[in-house]
Amino acid sequence: MQVTVKTFAHLRDRLGFAEQAAEVPDDARVLDVWQTVTDGSEMPRNVLAAVNLDYAAADTRVHDGDEVAFFPPVTGG
Amino acid sequence: MTVELRTEAFEPWRELADAPDGGLEAGAYGATCAFAGTMRDFNEGDAVSRMVLEYYPGMTERQLEAIIDAERTAHDLLAARVIHRVGPIEPGEPIVLVAVWSAHRREAFEGGRAIMEALKSRAPFWKHEQTKSGGRWVEHNTKG
Repeated sequence: MQVTVKTFAHLRDRLGFAEQAAEVPDDARVLDVWQTVTDGSEMPRNVLAAVNLDYAAADTRVHDGDEVAFFPPVTGG
Repeated sequence: MTVELRTEAFEPWRELADAPDGGLEAGAYGATCAFAGTMRDFNEGDAVSRMVLEYYPGMTERQLEAIIDAERTAHDLLAARVIHRVGPIEPGEPIVLVAVWSAHRREAFEGGRAIMEALKSRAPFWKHEQTKSGGRWVEHNTKG
């Protein structure tokens, strides 16, 4: 199945893409998506993830067509 | 309850002058509390000349609405309003306005602060600031 992956701020700079499609297994979780787009690297503890605009944990299941985002700690306000 | 992201400079007190009652009926509230966060020209010991606020379109609005919903219930707020800048911003310009209305002062003070603190830890905004030695991402919030 396919998901859309978005990245933001310095994590986008580090990974080198803002948005891309990723092919992942049907039983994939957020961590699997991370590993797919980073060639299998560890997911740093301070990286935040979201699925379809809500915060998600590394073990959250994803589904075909989902939008998965990774970003660093937020600094607004 | 309103959430607005603005690409242009705004004047928080003028915003409140246009809607000082939060949309409530006259007499429905006894307390109004407002916080405005303004861009400093320094951060972590360096002069900062400019900043760009990045956000996650769709998620940022959704998280702000969820924060207001949760704190409105937790603190018995009658109304709440958040305005937040995105894009380029200059020192001295307001970044954020959080305004709340409630029956009594405790709910207003505590509810307004709770919205602000939740915004700083959960709303997807990131600051990229310009210093004399180049651009850099702000990696963590200052202590409240």
